[in-house]
Amino acid sequence: MSPGLPPTPGQTVGPFFGYALPYDRDSELVPPGHPRAVRLYGRVTDGAGQPVPDALLELWQLDEAGSVVQQEGSLRRDGWTFTGWGRASTDDTGSYTFTTLKPGAEPSKAAFFAITVFARGLPDRLFTRAYLPQDAALLDADPLLSSLPEPERATLMSQSDEGGFRFDIVLQGEGETVFLRYRGH
Amino acid sequence: MTSPSAEATTAETFDHALPTDSDSAATSQAVITAEIQEIEAGYRASGVVELQPRLDYPPYRSTILRHPTKDLRHADPETIELWAPCFGHRDVHAIEADLTIQRGGEPIGERMVVTGRVLDGEGRPVRGQLVEIWQANAGGRYLHKRDQHPSPIDPNFTGVGRCLTRPDGSYRFTTIKPGPYPWKNHRNAWRPAHIHFSLFGTEFTQRMITQMYFPGDPLFLLDPILQTVVDAHARDRLVARYDHDVSQHEWNTGYRWDIVLTGRRRTPMDEEDAA
Repeated sequence: MSPGLPPTPGQTVGPFFGYALPYDRDSELVPPGHPRAVRLYGRVTDGAGQPVPDALLELWQLDEAGSVVQQEGSLRRDGWTFTGWGRASTDDTGSYTFTTLKPGAEPSKAAFFAITVFARGLPDRLFTRAYLPQDAALLDADPLLSSLPEPERATLMSQSDEGGFRFDIVLQGEGETVFLRYRGH
Repeated sequence: MTSPSAEATTAETFDHALPTDSDSAATSQAVITAEIQEIEAGYRASGVVELQPRLDYPPYRSTILRHPTKDLRHADPETIELWAPCFGHRDVHAIEADLTIQRGGEPIGERMVVTGRVLDGEGRPVRGQLVEIWQANAGGRYLHKRDQHPSPIDPNFTGVGRCLTRPDGSYRFTTIKPGPYPWKNHRNAWRPAHIHFSLFGTEFTQRMITQMYFPGDPLFLLDPILQTVVDAHARDRLVARYDHDVSQHEWNTGYRWDIVLTGRRRTPMDEEDAA
């Protein structure tokens, strides 16, 4: 095995990805009419509390049974194949919406949505997790959540409502979302 | 038709200036360059090696209100984060790797091939994975409604491409060399010519978007976006090299750029177990 290679650095997505990265039904992991469709939505705001209208979010999740999906077809949705991955742009109010299925979890693990955030003014992507409201014992046993003091832990909790799950992302300041550095970064 | 300067000043979202600081677009390049140099001097004196860009980098004014102020939290990847989304030939057509044939006519500019390999931190090829690119045209203009730069749109060039990496991790795009373009971070600010690259690895944690630059660009030291990477050697990893073996007789020039993603944790044995 070769010794580790130094990584290529990241760079900002910039302002002009809007004609390149979004695509038809990018944020619809399932069609909105799917009987078990849920909505994952929220707002992205900056350090002044202003909406971030030029962010791009990506969602990656387990399927309802808690399994990893390895199906192609995310870029050309056929309406039937759940790929577990999608992409959503924020609008002028900083809002985003994914239509998806409720992710399952492995036994004794807490369920969450894995999210990547890109934006103009962000020199590198940010990773975070949106946990589903669920059994407190599962959340308390989660290694990440249990490592965080309560105000920070709360930033990783999505809020359940009739349409699905709300998860706001605060890039900076009061209520700043906890962003992640994985081992190896 | 409005004058170019009037168009530019009314382009709301093309304005990279900090919204709370209406003077920042009047800041001179000399001031920005001095800020860049001060940060780099501080970095060199620190003795710490930083391989990735700084999120908090004031010379790039848009970072000021958008960078997290708390340290990133260490997390051990859970199962979903040890896998990456899967893309295939259902997602990407081979023709999408040639940006010069998408519109029925020849785009204007220097036809070139950009090729290289996508590798993980252990040097293993990332196979069959999605690579997306986007770029300005030869005149430095993006086909984006918010790009108000008064340089012509090329009706034969969208500047968007996709491909899947081959079994050796290689990608290959045929395109036009992009031009530099002005932006509004400060007065007379110009981005060095670049191509945006979007990359996936074999694990979610390797997801990355970056920019590829061209060798010898005089704008490198003036550009606060490239300089968010404060380490000179790390910046060099964003610069392609001219490769005459990629150039083709009376057809195109050639550039080579290999991309190394952050290491991976899942071993090939895990993959076999899961297969």
